[in-house]
Amino acid sequence: MQQSDALPAKAKGTSHQTAVPPKTGKWKNIMMDLKRDKHLYVLIAPYMLLFFIFTVLPVAISILISLTYFNMLEFPRWAGWANYSRLFLDDDIFLIALKNTLIFAVITGPISYIACFVFAWLINELRPKVRAFMTLIFYAPSISGNIYFIWQIMFSGDAYGIVNGFLMRTGFINEPILWFQNPKYTLMIIIIVQLWLSLGTSFLAFIAGLQTVDKTLFEAGAVDGIRNRWQELWYITLPSMRPQLMFGAVIQITASFAVADVAMNLAGFPSVQYSAHTVVTHLIDYGTIRFEMGYASAIATVLFIMMLGSNLIIQKLLRKVGD
Amino acid sequence: MKLAFRLGGEKRINRSWQVDFLLFLLLGLFGAFMAIPLIYAINNAFKPLDELFLFPPKIFVRNPTLNNFPDLFHLMAKSWVPFSRYIFNTVFITFAGTVGHVILASAAAYPLAKYNFRGSKTLFSIVVLSLMFSTQVTAIPNYMTMSFLGWIDTYWAIIIPAFAFPLGLYLMKQFIEQIPMALIEAAKIDGANEYRIFWTVVMPLVKPAWFTLIILLFQMLWATDGGSFIYSEELKTMHYAMGQIIQGGIARAGVAAAVALLLMTVPVVMFIITQSQIIQTMASSGIKE
Repeated sequence: MQQSDALPAKAKGTSHQTAVPPKTGKWKNIMMDLKRDKHLYVLIAPYMLLFFIFTVLPVAISILISLTYFNMLEFPRWAGWANYSRLFLDDDIFLIALKNTLIFAVITGPISYIACFVFAWLINELRPKVRAFMTLIFYAPSISGNIYFIWQIMFSGDAYGIVNGFLMRTGFINEPILWFQNPKYTLMIIIIVQLWLSLGTSFLAFIAGLQTVDKTLFEAGAVDGIRNRWQELWYITLPSMRPQLMFGAVIQITASFAVADVAMNLAGFPSVQYSAHTVVTHLIDYGTIRFEMGYASAIATVLFIMMLGSNLIIQKLLRKVGD
Repeated sequence: MKLAFRLGGEKRINRSWQVDFLLFLLLGLFGAFMAIPLIYAINNAFKPLDELFLFPPKIFVRNPTLNNFPDLFHLMAKSWVPFSRYIFNTVFITFAGTVGHVILASAAAYPLAKYNFRGSKTLFSIVVLSLMFSTQVTAIPNYMTMSFLGWIDTYWAIIIPAFAFPLGLYLMKQFIEQIPMALIEAAKIDGANEYRIFWTVVMPLVKPAWFTLIILLFQMLWATDGGSFIYSEELKTMHYAMGQIIQGGIARAGVAAAVALLLMTVPVVMFIITQSQIIQTMASSGIKE
């Protein structure tokens, strides 16, 4: 009974088998626990120290700085909500950036998520050798670094670009289109490239998840009256994969709000009429070019709230899949 | 029982070949969409200059040449920093960052996966939450931290934060959870301490997860261009050099394709070799309720 604190909730173990001595106050208990588990703390310390310095504290610092004027030279001055009111009321370009970011997120987020699942699901039905090959084809763009610059060449504005060449030869257009100089097309091309790059970690997680679905469930399902593959998908496959589906959602949502590198490299920075300007490129503009750190931190905080908020909402919804 | 067995023994329920055909046609079409830009990039690296500027443009090369590769080194030999220096920078950053991350993340993942101790649950929830926002959110404070530490314009500004990449710890922890506690208890009875258990029992058992962390970090660091942290030319990376070559315009189009091919080949080959281990790790990647 004395070990209640030390004993694991599930099948986990304790670090040592030593019995905890009689209770002598809460504080003493904590000290005992810390002492008993000191090896565990030593193991996690290096990682956690760096994790706090480079990920956790910066979020807090960023929120604090967003309430100040700060230019990296003078000591920050308190500004209250001024940065935020300027952002939403006086900064038309931020509103364009916000609109573009939401368009990217609403289109690439769900489509890439569904694509990750659908392709994983189809690939899973193939024979192992073909499966490995198709996995490579779909996954390769996302690990090939900045190879997406090839899209710039494919959509190049002269007649030597593959896309212009094809459209001209087939007679759809008579002269080459300047794809990245025309705001009408930039957003669309970046969405296509972003989707091309989006079959990454979640796609692999789904393939792995599909391979671990308990095969006997399908047999039991057939007895229980499941008639076709769509019912099988909805009632058996999806619910058994719920943990991977939730993991994949986190990865895809976060990525869909973070569009910046592709937009900057393909459409230029700043892009024509800000047609490819996003919240992140706005942040880069104020943070690394204008050095208005208070304002840039306000942008970062808005981005943080958007990403975390949509992730938490989607996690709630996904818990209902197949219920 | 007998009925269930018989039904299950058949090739699963109602799969009409028409639907099968449509679905795999879809897979083939999208597979082509994924593959064509890559095939085009590979072909461009072997095209002589006159083939890069043809009308109508062609995807495939007709008279392949290897000249773009020596041209790359000639071009860069005249530049401020020899190309080999860019290669060294990228390889060093990638290697150091990846090794450090695999060791630190695994060391932290083992206690979090196998023990309940004060703070363990909270710490892990914070790691999961940190998967829900991207690194741009923390970029400004990190820039200030780096300048405070005097790490601006050094390799460390890229390498050290990579050690604490959250996704790696997350995947490693989920994978270590599957190791039976009995193995760890047995080692303890034999007199091993936690550090020994981590290094000699746990680490050898999680090799598939190493490869996963390696490929994730490798791909991230291999593609770094130094960002706002590095401005000395002699510390810049291959991706930065590639950007410069691409901006060189028409005359360098073949060389740019050659660098792109070099950069792309390494992570792709690594994935081909480690694919099955990575899939094995990803099976445990799910967020549990």
